[in-house]
Amino acid sequence: MKVIIGLIVLWPLVGFLFNGLGRNIWSKKTVATQATMYILASFVFSLIAFWNLQEHGAMTVHYFDFINTSKFKIPFDFKVDALSSLFLLVITGVGTLIHLYSTAYMKDEEAPHYARYFAYLNLFIFSMLLLVLGDNYVIMFIGWEGVGLCSYLLIGYWFTNANFNYAAKKAFIMNRIGDLGFLLAIFWLIVKLGTVSYGEVLTVESLAKLSAADITGITLLLFVGAMGKSAQIPLFTWLPDAMAGPTPVSALIHAATMVTAGIYMITRSNILFSASDFTQSFIAIIGISTTLLAATIAIKQNDIKKVLAYSTVSQLGYMFLGLGVGAYSGAVFHVITHAFFKALLFLGAGSVIHAMHHEQDIQKMGGLKSKLPITHITFLIGCIAIAGMPPFSGFFSKDEILAAAYEKNPIYWFLGVLGAAMTAFYMFRLYASTFLGKFRGTSEQANHLHESPLAMTLPLIILAVLSAVAGAIGIPEIMGGSHWLSHQLSTIVAAPHKASLTHSTEWILMAVSVSVALVALVIAIFIYGKKADAEPKTAVGKFLYNKWYIDELYNNVIVNPLNRFAGFLKDIIENVVIDGAVNGTGKLVQYSARQIRLVQSGQVGYYILFMVLGIILLFVCWFNDINIMRFFFKLTQK
Amino acid sequence: MLLFTLLIPFIAAIILLFIKNNKAANITAISFSALTLSIVLCIVFTKTTSIDVAWLPQLNSRFLLQADGLAKILLLLTAVSFPAILIATTSNQLKNKHIFLSLMLFTQTGLTGVFLAGDALLFYFFWELALIPVYFLCSIWGGEKRIAVTFKFFIYTFLGSLFMLIGIIFLYTNTPDHSFAIESFKHATLTSAQQMTAFVLFFIAFAIKMPIFPLHTWQPDAYEQSPTAVTMVLSAVMVKMGLYGVIRWLLPLFPAAAKTASIFIIDISVVGVLYASFIAIRQDDMKRLIAYSSIAHIGLMSAALFTQNEIGMQGVLVQLFSHGINVLGLWIVADIIEQQTGTRSMKALGGLAKKQPTLAILFIGFALANIALPLTNAFIGEFLMFNSLFQFNPWVAFAAGISIVLAAIYTLNMVQKVAYGAVSEKISIMQAPNKYAQAVLIVLLIVVFFSGIYPQPLFNLTADTLQNLFC
Repeated sequence: MKVIIGLIVLWPLVGFLFNGLGRNIWSKKTVATQATMYILASFVFSLIAFWNLQEHGAMTVHYFDFINTSKFKIPFDFKVDALSSLFLLVITGVGTLIHLYSTAYMKDEEAPHYARYFAYLNLFIFSMLLLVLGDNYVIMFIGWEGVGLCSYLLIGYWFTNANFNYAAKKAFIMNRIGDLGFLLAIFWLIVKLGTVSYGEVLTVESLAKLSAADITGITLLLFVGAMGKSAQIPLFTWLPDAMAGPTPVSALIHAATMVTAGIYMITRSNILFSASDFTQSFIAIIGISTTLLAATIAIKQNDIKKVLAYSTVSQLGYMFLGLGVGAYSGAVFHVITHAFFKALLFLGAGSVIHAMHHEQDIQKMGGLKSKLPITHITFLIGCIAIAGMPPFSGFFSKDEILAAAYEKNPIYWFLGVLGAAMTAFYMFRLYASTFLGKFRGTSEQANHLHESPLAMTLPLIILAVLSAVAGAIGIPEIMGGSHWLSHQLSTIVAAPHKASLTHSTEWILMAVSVSVALVALVIAIFIYGKKADAEPKTAVGKFLYNKWYIDELYNNVIVNPLNRFAGFLKDIIENVVIDGAVNGTGKLVQYSARQIRLVQSGQVGYYILFMVLGIILLFVCWFNDINIMRFFFKLTQK
Repeated sequence: MLLFTLLIPFIAAIILLFIKNNKAANITAISFSALTLSIVLCIVFTKTTSIDVAWLPQLNSRFLLQADGLAKILLLLTAVSFPAILIATTSNQLKNKHIFLSLMLFTQTGLTGVFLAGDALLFYFFWELALIPVYFLCSIWGGEKRIAVTFKFFIYTFLGSLFMLIGIIFLYTNTPDHSFAIESFKHATLTSAQQMTAFVLFFIAFAIKMPIFPLHTWQPDAYEQSPTAVTMVLSAVMVKMGLYGVIRWLLPLFPAAAKTASIFIIDISVVGVLYASFIAIRQDDMKRLIAYSSIAHIGLMSAALFTQNEIGMQGVLVQLFSHGINVLGLWIVADIIEQQTGTRSMKALGGLAKKQPTLAILFIGFALANIALPLTNAFIGEFLMFNSLFQFNPWVAFAAGISIVLAAIYTLNMVQKVAYGAVSEKISIMQAPNKYAQAVLIVLLIVVFFSGIYPQPLFNLTADTLQNLFC
C-alpha cells in the first residue's frame, strides 16, 4: 500500500518532469496522452486506496523525515483516511476529465507551450495531492504553496499579456497573505505542542494543553490561510481576476479543487475549530457575507467566466457557513457536488467560448441552444444543480448546510436562502442570455458555431451525470436516505451533526428555499430569455457591475499608500538620511585629511599603508614587552 | 587536508599572475578551484580535523585551523561558489583577466581561512586578507562610480574590522594564558561591563559585514558597481563572514552580553528586513533589487541568530549555505542578461521567456527559491528561523513574516518585468547563454531543490556545531 499511495502523488510529478523537460521534443499527441494517462493512473490508484480504506481502515505511511533536528521532527508521511480519500477521488477524477478536455481545448497552442501547459497542470495535481495526503500541517503547507504557484503559472500562462501577468501576481500575493497566517498558526502549534502531525495535534490530550486563547488564535490564523486560498472576504478579489487563465484551468483550479483547500484544512482540524465558539461564529459570518457579496456582483457581470467566478466565491461562502455552524460533513458534501457542477459549468463555458472564437461577453451570445446541443443540455443541468433544485446534487448539499445554519441561528438560514435565490437568478440569467433568444454575435461567428469535439463533450456528459446524481451520497434521513457521506466522515468529524430539528420544520425549510429559488429562476428566464442585460444605468447597477469598487478601494487604501511609503523609504530615508550620514562622516574625514595632507593624500592606498605600518608597530611593541600593552589597557579600564 | 584548501587557491593565485593568455588563465583558475572543491568534499565527508602549529610564538598565537560543521558548511559554500562563478563568467571580457582571476583566488584563500581559523589573530589576518583583493577587484574592474563606491565599501568595512581588532587585543590581555585561541578567549575573565564593551567591538565589525540596518548602505552600491563575478563573491560568500563571526565568536565568547543585547539586535534586524524589502519593491535595477533582497534575507538570519534558540540556529546554519546558492543563481542570470543586453534596468527588459525560454525557466526557479517556496532550500531555513522568532516573540515573527509577502511582491515584479511580457528591444538581441553558464545554473538549481526536499545531509553536517553551542 505504501508504494501505491506514494505513486498516487508521484504519477503527476513524473508527468510534470516528462512534459516540462521534453517540451521541445514530444509531439502534442504524446504530451496529451502522457499527461492525461498519469492523472488517470493516479485516479485508479486512488480508487485502490479508497477500496483499501473501506476494507482495512485509515492508514498512515512514512517515507522519510523531511526535517529532523534534535529539537523536533517533521516526518514526510501520508495519511489515507475518509477525508483525504474523498478529496483524492475528486481531485484525480475531475482532474482526469479536465486533462482530457484540455487536450482538445488547447490544441491551437504551439507544441512547447502545449507541453508547458500540461506540465503545469500535472504539477498542480501533484501539489494538490500533497496538500490532502500529507499527515501534518507542514506537508499540507508544501502543497498549499505549491498549488498557489501552479495557479500563478497557469493564470499567467499567456505570459506575453501584461494584464494576465498582473492577475497572476495578484493571485499569488493575496494567497501569500493568507499563507502567512497559516505559517504563524503552524509556529504556534510547534511552540505549544512541539509537533504538527495530525495524529498528535488533533487529539483531546493536545486540546487540553492549549488555552482557550491559544485555540482561538491558532484557528483564526488557520482561517486567514483559508481566506486566501478559498477566496473569502477580504482576500477574494484575486479569484475573479484569475479567470485570465485558460478556461479548463478555471474549472480545475479556480472552481473544483484548489479553492476548496481551505474547507479541507478546516474540516481536517475540526476538533480545534469546534473548540472555539468565537472562531466558529467568525467563519460563519465571513462565509455568509462572502456568499451575499459575491452573489450580488454576479448578478451584473457580463463576462461568462466572471459570473462563474463570482458564483464560485459565493458557493465557497456557503461551505464556510457550513463549517462555521459545525456542519463539517455538509461542507465537504458541498465541496464534492460543487466540484462536479462547477467544473461542468466552466467546461461548458469553455465549450461556448471555443465555439464563439474566444468571445466571453454574454451580451454577444444568445440562441446557442440549437447549435451546441450537448453543451446546452449539460450546462442546463449544471445550472439546475447549482440553483439547488431537487433532485440534483446541489440541492442536497446546500440543504444540509442551510438546515444546520437554521439550527445555529435562523438569520444565517434566512441570508442563506437569500443567497440561494440570487444564485438561481444569476445562473439562469447567464443560461438564458447564452442559450436562449436570438444569436447576437457577428455573422462570421454565426457561421462558425459548432459543437465541440468528443474530447470536450465527453467530460461534459460525465460531469453532468455526476452533477445530477451525486446527491445520492448524502440523502438525508427524512427522505429515507442513510447519508452515506456522513457515515464515511464520522471518524474525522468529531461531533457528528445531530438533527434536532423536527421533520416538519425540515420539510418546511426545504420547501421555502426551493420555492424561493424557483421563483428567482423563472424571473431570470422571463427577463433574459429574449434579450441580454444591457450596460447598467442605475447607481446600484453600476455599483454591482463595478464589483462594489473593492479593487479600487484596496488600491487606494492599501496598495498605493504602501507603494508611496516604499518610495519614501528609498528616496528619503535611504538615500538622504542614512547614506547622507555615512557619506557625511566620510566627507568629514576627507576634509580633515586635506588639512593634514602633508601626511596623507586622501588615497586609500596610503591609508592601507599606514594601517599596516601601525599594526606592525603594535606587533613590535608586543614582541619586546607585552606588558606595555597590558598596562595601556589597564589604564583605559580605570 | 585543511591546509590544502588554503594552499591550492593561494598557489593558483600566484601562478595566475604569470599566465597572460586569457584562455589558459581561465582554465587554470577553474581547474584549481575545482581541485579545491574536491578536497573540500573529502573534508566534508570525513571526520573533523584540525591543524595546530606555532605561528607567532612570542605572541602565543598559533596557526590553528579547525573544521566543525559550521566551518564545513561555509567551506563547502566557498568551494562550490568559486568554480561556479569562474565558470559562469568565463566569457566576460575583462582587461588583464589573469590578474583578475588571481585576485579572485586570493579572495578565496582569505575566505577559506576566515572560516577555518581557530585563533583570533589568524582569524583577523584572514579577515583582512579576504578584503584587500576585493578592494582591488572592485576599484579596477568596477563600474563607472567604482572609485567612490569602493572607497566607501573599503573604509566602512575596514573601520569595522579595526573595532574588532581592538576587541581581540582587549580579550587577549584578559586571557589567563595570553593566547589568541578561541578556547582561551572563552576563559577570559571579564566583568559584565567589559564583556559588553568587547561584545560591541566585535559586533560592529560583524554588523557592518552582514550588513545589519542601518549599517548597510555600502552594500547596494558595492554590489551594483562591482564586476558581477565579484558581486557574486560578495553576496554569496563574503556576507557570511559576518554571520559566521557571530556564531563562532560573538555568541560563545559573550553569552551574557549577547543575551542582554538580543532584544535590541533582533528588533533592529527585523526593522531592517522590512525596510530592505520595501526598498527592493521600488528598485528598477536588477542588481540593486537583488542586493536589497539579500539584505532582507541576511537580516532575518541575524534576527534568528540572536534568539539563541536551537531551532533557529539550525535554520541559520542551513540558510548560510542555501542563501549563497540562491543568490548566486540570481546573479548569474542577471549577469548573462546584462552582458548580452547591456542593461540591468527592468523597464528596458521583458520577454525573456519568449526569447530564451530555458534561461527564463532557470531564472524563475531561482526566483522561487528567493521567495522561499516550499521544496526549495530556502524554505527549510526560513521555516526554522521564523519558528525561533515566534518562540522569541509572536509579534516579532509576525512583523518579520510580512517580509514573505513583500518578497513575493518584489521577486514576482522582477520575474514579470524581465521574463514575461512582449519581447523588448533589448531582449530581442539575446543569444542562448553560453553552455557552461547554463550548466552551472542547472547544477545550482538541482542543489536548490534537492536540499529543499531532503535537507537532512545539511542538518547532519552541522549537528556538532549545534551541540557545542547548546550543550
